Amino acid sequence: MSESIASLHLWTRMSASQTILVVEDREDDWVLMRTAAQQAQVNVPLLVVRDGEEAVAYLKGEGAYSDRARNPLPAVMLLDLNLPKKSGFDVLAWVRSQPKIKRLPIVVLCSSSRTEDVERAYDLGANGFLVKPTSLADLIGMTIRLRDWLEINHFPTVQ
Amino acid sequence: MNAKPTVLLVEDLESDRMLMRAAILRAKFPTSLQMVHDGEQAIAYLKGEGAYSDRAKYPLPVAVLLDLNLPKVNGFDVLAWMHSQPKLKRIHVIVLSASARSGDVDRAYDLGASGFLVKPPAFGQLTTMTLRLRDWLEINHFPPTE
Repeated sequence: MSESIASLHLWTRMSASQTILVVEDREDDWVLMRTAAQQAQVNVPLLVVRDGEEAVAYLKGEGAYSDRARNPLPAVMLLDLNLPKKSGFDVLAWVRSQPKIKRLPIVVLCSSSRTEDVERAYDLGANGFLVKPTSLADLIGMTIRLRDWLEINHFPTVQ
Repeated sequence: MNAKPTVLLVEDLESDRMLMRAAILRAKFPTSLQMVHDGEQAIAYLKGEGAYSDRAKYPLPVAVLLDLNLPKVNGFDVLAWMHSQPKLKRIHVIVLSASARSGDVDRAYDLGASGFLVKPPAFGQLTTMTLRLRDWLEINHFPPTE
């Protein structure tokens, strides 16, 4: 079986929604991430919310986000820590306290990797901790590896 | 860090253990590999009990590759135990299972698993999976082990 056919089967294991929710307040970082995802051939949609409160509202399906056809629950969330309104740590803690969505795989995507932040993120139940590279080329490389990981990983039920 | 970080493989079937070890070597993991054969040994290793008290020889791992079907103490119980330990709960635990029944996947994540992989039947696929696992571990940042 060729690698490409195997990959096709692997992709079907992401949840039916097959979206990645990115929580990122900085416009330029979002544009870079979106570009990197295109270049890395991440074949599922990326959706963005701009602060911690929006992230919670999205996951709750509140207000503008109540239409789950347009705003599906993601298979995985990429979460910046430095966010306005509600920090990434607070979002992480909140998700892990919610009976229906607590299993949502969450990968921190942050500008720095201070030990205390890494420790706290894992203590709160992050599934991974990535540091945003400074160059687009490196970000693409990282995104390819993230994509490859998401392809082999099995996802929990989130509703 | 002078020493290579350590990955701990918890797998009871010798054939699977040898295959995984071969795949890890082939994928050139930038880590040292330690292996234990059941859940009881896994906990003893992580506690640093008995033979495992020599942390120079048996360092705490940055990641644990954990089979679920283990004798003595099963994978879920190892996960639950690790999750209850203040420092150990931070360690990446990646489940390596023979199958992915949704109940098992959900339960693993509930107990703090970082990821869930299914052991592929062919060695070629295992090598591919292991390369991706290596790449994933390489881009991740880990809390310091001690």
